[in-house]
Parts: sequence; structure tokens; C-alpha cells
Amino acid sequence: MMGFYFAQLLTGLANASSLFLIASGLSIIFGVTRVVNFAHGSLYMLGAYIAYSLVTTLPGVFGFWTGVILAAVATAFIGAAIEILILRRIYHSPELFQLVATFGVVLIVQDAALAIWGSEDLLGPRAPLLDRAVRIFGEPIPEYDLALIVIGPVVLGLIWLLFQRTRWGILVRAATQDREMVGALGVNQHVLFTSTFMVGSFLAGLGGALQVPRESVNLLMDLNIIGQAFVVVVIGGMGSVTGAFVAAVIISVANAFGVLVWPQISLILPFLVMAVVLIVRPYGLFGTPASAHGASVPEAPLRAMPPAGIAVAAIVAVGAALLPLADDGFLLVLGIDLLVAMLFAASLHLLMGVGGMVSFGHAAYFGLGAYAAALAVKSLGLPMLPAMLLGPVAAAFGAMVFGWFCVRLSGVYLAMLTLAAAQILWGITFQWQSVTGGDDGILGVWPARWASDRAVYFYIALALCGAGLLIIRRIAHSPFGYVLRGGRDSALRAEAIGIDLKAHQWLGFILAGALAGVAGSVFVFSKGSVFPDTLAIGHSVDGLIMVLLGGVQSLLGPLFGAAAFVLIEDWVMRLDHWRAIFGVIILAIVLLAPDGIAGGVGRLLTLLRLRRPA
Amino acid sequence: MLEVTALNTFYGGAHILRDVTLAVGPHEVLALLGRNGAGKSTTMRSVMGLVRPRSGRVTFAGADMTGAAPYKACRAGLGYVPEDRRVFRELTVAENLEVGRREARPDAPSWSVDQLFGLFPNLAERRGTAAGRLSGGEQQMLTIARTLMGNPRLILLDEPSEGISPLIVEQMAQVIGEMKSRGLAVMVSEQNLHFARLVADRAVIIEKGEVRFEGTFAALDAAPEIARETLAL
Ligand SMILES: Nc1ncnc2c1ncn2[C@@H]1O[C@H](COP(=O)(O)OP(=O)(O)OP(=O)(O)O)[C@@H](O)[C@H]1O
Ligand SMILES: [Mg+2]
Repeated sequence: MMGFYFAQLLTGLANASSLFLIASGLSIIFGVTRVVNFAHGSLYMLGAYIAYSLVTTLPGVFGFWTGVILAAVATAFIGAAIEILILRRIYHSPELFQLVATFGVVLIVQDAALAIWGSEDLLGPRAPLLDRAVRIFGEPIPEYDLALIVIGPVVLGLIWLLFQRTRWGILVRAATQDREMVGALGVNQHVLFTSTFMVGSFLAGLGGALQVPRESVNLLMDLNIIGQAFVVVVIGGMGSVTGAFVAAVIISVANAFGVLVWPQISLILPFLVMAVVLIVRPYGLFGTPASAHGASVPEAPLRAMPPAGIAVAAIVAVGAALLPLADDGFLLVLGIDLLVAMLFAASLHLLMGVGGMVSFGHAAYFGLGAYAAALAVKSLGLPMLPAMLLGPVAAAFGAMVFGWFCVRLSGVYLAMLTLAAAQILWGITFQWQSVTGGDDGILGVWPARWASDRAVYFYIALALCGAGLLIIRRIAHSPFGYVLRGGRDSALRAEAIGIDLKAHQWLGFILAGALAGVAGSVFVFSKGSVFPDTLAIGHSVDGLIMVLLGGVQSLLGPLFGAAAFVLIEDWVMRLDHWRAIFGVIILAIVLLAPDGIAGGVGRLLTLLRLRRPA
Repeated sequence: MLEVTALNTFYGGAHILRDVTLAVGPHEVLALLGRNGAGKSTTMRSVMGLVRPRSGRVTFAGADMTGAAPYKACRAGLGYVPEDRRVFRELTVAENLEVGRREARPDAPSWSVDQLFGLFPNLAERRGTAAGRLSGGEQQMLTIARTLMGNPRLILLDEPSEGISPLIVEQMAQVIGEMKSRGLAVMVSEQNLHFARLVADRAVIIEKGEVRFEGTFAALDAAPEIARETLAL
């Protein structure tokens, strides 16, 4: 028995090594450049694929380790290209842009990997000379695991030497504290940032390459690992390599023992640990308050809607109401999708633009709404309308639980905790087969008979989403909304004049969650089914892209953004390589129209107005 | 050596510097005087490329430096010591100096770590200490030593005497004297006329972003109303 537990511990430590490698790279990159690099998981995946190609070609022990190192080096150069071509242009943009841009890279890399290596899982060879198991306390332990257990601390030591003993390391640490000053002392930031990105990418590539003998290489590796890597970085403290190591060990060992108790726990355990750590230590184990700077929303006052805008909105609403007269098929489906997306984006905007809380996991509440409504019909046998009511109630409840923790944090840490919350819920829907249907989802959730006509359901969607949007507008311009905005611009000032900002933010979080839940329950009856990916990272990022597309500054922004997103997606999804095309579109928008579509339209209007003779 | 011509700098919509013109000659110590918020720091930051002036010119040693990136200004021989003691708090004293280190240049005095520890004996004792744990005066010394490690030809010192004890102010005056005697040009910003008189050859006074006076201290004494109006005496 003793031997079994010891074996479990060793497995945990072996897992920790790879996780540490990718997380330390992410942490180093964040520390210096302040970029939350979503594409870090893609670099990890590329490292694994490249290593697979190399170790299956190069023979012998020497070939294996050469392949691993070369794969990491190649990943470093890919990272450099990403930094030079994309990130360098947006270091001064709000973090949201950087996040969305790196997500564009994720999409492009996925398609590139699909094109090069195909969609099948690739099983790499065992590592030569380390392909057997040794018996420790009677339990078989793979030799390769033992090697990994050694490699982790060795790399930690090497990174430590690099940072403490080389000029480059000293410059990087200095830049982590005060970039501007480092520049004024003659250091070229471009070179420093690119090299930092290369080191971080090297570590991610190495982490991926070292996994090749242990698990199959596939196209899901990127997003599977990135959530965990974020967790490790946040638990350790953003920017701290030692923290990343300790956190990776904690997570992996806890996981190794957790699965003994409950095999499904691995999907949610890291996020649970993170939630606990952040409540006790809001900046992670080794982090400092300064390290929290990051995710912020561009600070600009919300513009009140001009009368012309209200007129346009009214015309659009009437036009929408007449849509069923014009068409009863495809356009109506698209129309419902649009309404759902608009409410989803607007609820996220309420959280971010008004509340100043950047969420990387807003899809959780959309998904909760959808699942609750679906289960109400399928398991409780409720009729459609009460089921649709249960959606937002469940979402509000979820937002109440997670929001209580989230509003205690700020900046990147808050964003990470929202991501964690979403991943926990995703993990539950994915694993809890008996209730949620797991990967197969819940099927056959159709509207009641009286609403089964598309046009009728369209009106239901229009009424619910329209009401949701009006509520958001009311909230934004209410005293409650002003408090939230005041808190967004200066938390200290709000607290100083005696406002319980956290309570306001908590309520804002719950409202935004409930409204996303409305969107979710409208969504589920229009599609007739719901799958775990409604709660997945990808869907949360969709919401962020919509908000970003539209521009954060105005309440109309998310509506434009959602419309543009749905139309672009509808068109692009039919193409080959849609991910890559979509990624390129995202990048183009982030690089070329940094104030979003609404901002662009606004600029155009100002221009026209200037032209008009006074 | 450094010529600043008709510089206009904005922070957002606020017009901060208005046609600021001044020059520093080789081996000269120029005092840039002015009240709180007059624009002294903004002038230095504009020269260093830390803010981009909207119009005007900065030339240094004959080369146009207007709007050049800070690292280029530094490499051209401009040293900058910011006002708020921006040491790298988690780095040791020795590591802070290492960040500032650059190759020696033929046209400027060069400084080694040992020389600087000679000049700032307090720092020598604490070379292994994290900079965040130094006293305010020691941090100020460290920012100066760190910039000298870059072997500049001209050093911009932003209010070195602010908020430190009189004893250290005196030491600071000696250090500026030492820089000058080693052939360095200095532009030092100050609110304190006495300190400026102690260290500088010439003065420029700015008020609300405009140059109000330019000349020797003798000339300034001859027109006492200027100092009375523009400086908090
Ligand atoms: N980042 C900034 N954004 C907006 N305004 C600024 C900023 N920095 C300085 N200012 C304003 O510019 C003006 C000049 O500031 P500056 O720091 O150059 O003055 P100073 O002469 O150095 O004053 P002090 O003696 O207080 O250091 C001040 O009115 C200040 O409020
Ligand atoms: Mg100043």
C-alpha cells in the first residue's frame, strides 16, 4: 500500500515537470511584457508536434534528445516571430487586445498544425534507454518519469542561474519592475522583450517535447494545457518562476492523489486549488501586489446615446420585428443567433466596460443558463417558459458563488479566477455524464408546441433579449452603474468616500451572469441541444472578441461587435481553414482598428459632421 | 552640447512646455529652476525621449535626438536620473549598477564600480542589499551611481536634493562637483536656489512651462524680483 502511494507521488512529480516548464515560460513572459499569452499552449503543442516529427526521424538516444532540444529551439523561433510580428505592435494597448490577439494566434496555429500533422492523435516512441519501468517499493515506475522528475528541478536551477548570474537575467528582472527606467538606462526593449519571449517559448516547447513519450500528440493539447498553466502561474504569483515550480508540484501531486478518491477530479481540481490559494493570498504564493498590474479596461467615460442613436436603435428594433414577414427560414435562424450573441456580449460588457472587471470566463453563465433550461425540460419535465426562467436563476446563482470570490481580486488575478470558475463548470458538465450527458450533451430541447413555429420563437427571443438589453442600459445609467464606473476608474476613491465597492461589484457580477443566463436559455431552445463547449474557454473568448470588435467605450459597441462576429463567423465557418481565416481577421482588427467598430463608426460620424458646413 | 529649441510638450490635452529653449555647454553645470509643477521634469523627460514633444528640436553633440527612443538617447551619451528614486527595488545594489553599465566611450569620463563605491561609501557597504531596503538618501545615491555606470557625456539630474537630509545634500553637492571636474556636463533641476548656487555655473528658470530667466547667478542677483516671482523662497 505504502509503495502504491509512493508511486502515485512520483507520477504527480513527473507530471509537475512538464507543467512547470510551460507555466514558467508563461510567467516569465508575463513578468516582463505584461502580456497574458493565450498562445502559450499553442507553443507547447507545436513543441510536441515538432518533437514528434524529429524523434521519429532521428535514431537512437542521441537522436531522441537532440530532437527534443531542437523542437524547443524551433518553438523559440516561432515565439520570436509571434512577438515581432504581432505583440510588439500592441504592448501599449489594453490587455484585452493582447489577449484576443494571442487567441487569434491560437486559431492560426491550430489550423497550421492540422494542415501539417493531420487530425489523428500521434503516438510517439518511448525514450530510448528510458523505456522500461523500475520497481520501487514493489511498484513499477517508468524510468522516463524518473527522468522527468530530475529534469524539472534541473531546469528550475538553470533558470535561476540565468536570472541571477547573467546580465540578461538582471536586465529582465529589472524590466519586470520598471520597464521605462531600463530603457532610459540604454537597454533596447525590443531586443529584451523578443529574447524574453524566446526563452518563454523555448520552455513551452521543451515542456511539449518532453510529453511525446508519455502521451499522444493531438490538436487539443493547446487549450487543455493553457487553463492549467494559467492556474499554476496565478497560484505561484505572476512573474515568479519559483512560484510556478511550487504551484506545479502542488497541483500535480494533489491531482495524483485526488484521482484516487474521485477519478473525474482532475478537470476541476487545479481550479479549486487556485480559488483557495487566491482567497488566502490574493497575489499568489510568491507574487507581490505590483505583479497584479495587467488586465485593465481602457478608461473612457460611457457616452450617452445621442437622439440620433436612439432613433436608429428604434428603427433597427422595428426592422427586426418585421423580419419574420420577410423570411421564415435562414434569416430567422441567423436573427436569433444575433440576438443571443448581442445579449451575451452586452452582459459581458456590463461586467467589463461598466464594472471594470475583465472576465475570461463569462461563457460559464451563458452555459449555466443553457444547461439549467435544458435540464428543467428534460429531467424536471417543466414547460418551456418556466424552464427559460430557471436558466437565468441558475446562472445568477453560479455568478453569486463564483463572483463572491472574484470581486475580492483585481486585474489579471480576477480575470484568471473567472477563467478558473468557468473551467470548473466546464469540467463538471463534461464529466457528470449521468446528468449532463457529458460530451454528448443534451439533445432534443425544443420549444413548446405553441412556440415551435420559427417566427413565434423569434419573437420570444426578440422580447427576451430586447428586454435584457434595455435592462443593461438602465443599469449602466443608474446610480448603481455610476458607482460601478467610479470604482472602475478609482477603487481607492470609491472606498474612501465610504462606498462598499465589493458589494456593488458582486451585485454587478450576479446581474451580468443572470443576463448571460437569459441569452443561454434563449440559445438552447433555438438549437435544440447544448454541449459542454458552450462553457468552454473558446466561447468566453468569443464574447471578448465581440466586445472588442465593437469597442469598449459605448453601450452600443457590444451590439455592433456581436453582429459583426456572428456574420463573420457565419460566413467563415463554411470555408476551409476557417480557424486560420478567423484568426487572421481577429489580428487584422486588433492591429488596424484598435477602438473597435463602434469607435470606427464614431470617428466616421465626427468626420462627416466636420465636413458639414456649420 | 545639448540644445533644446522651442520645445512644446503635451500630456494629453494639457500644454505643459511652451517653446522651451535652453542649452548646456560641455563641462558646464546648468541649474534648471522652477516651482512645483513648473515643467522641470517634463523638460528632462522630453530630452530623454520619455515623452514625445509635439514640436521643437533636441540636438545632442550635433545629432538630432528629437523624439528618439530613450535607449538611443542613453546610447548617445545622455544620462538620466529620475526624480522619484526609481531604483529596482528587488535587485541588489550591485545588480542595480549592472543594469546601468555600458561600454566606456572615448568622449566621456568612464566610471568603474570601484570608483563609484569610492564616491558613495554607503553603497559600498550595502552592495548585496536589495535596493528597496536602502534609506531614501542611499537610494538617491544609487540612482546617480547607476546612471554614471553608463559613462554619459551629459547627465540630467532631476531634483537630487529633494527630500533627503542636509548631510546628504552636502554630499550630493560634492558629487556634482566631482562630475564636473571629471569633465561631465550636468543639467540639474532644483527648487532650491541656495543649492543651485552651490553647484551650478548658470541658471535657467521656468515657470508654467515657459523660460523666464537665463543667465549667471550674478545676473539673477541683479534682478531679485525674478527669483521672488518664480521661485518659492
Ligand atoms: N503624466 C502626466 N499627465 C498629466 N499631467 C502631468 C503628468 N506629469 C506631469 N503633469 C503636469 O505637468 C506639469 C509639469 O510637471 P513637471 O513634473 O514637469 O513639473 P516639475 O517642475 O518637475 O515639478 P516638481 O518640482 O513637482 O517635480 C504639472 O502641472 C503636472 O501636473
Ligand atoms: Mg519634477
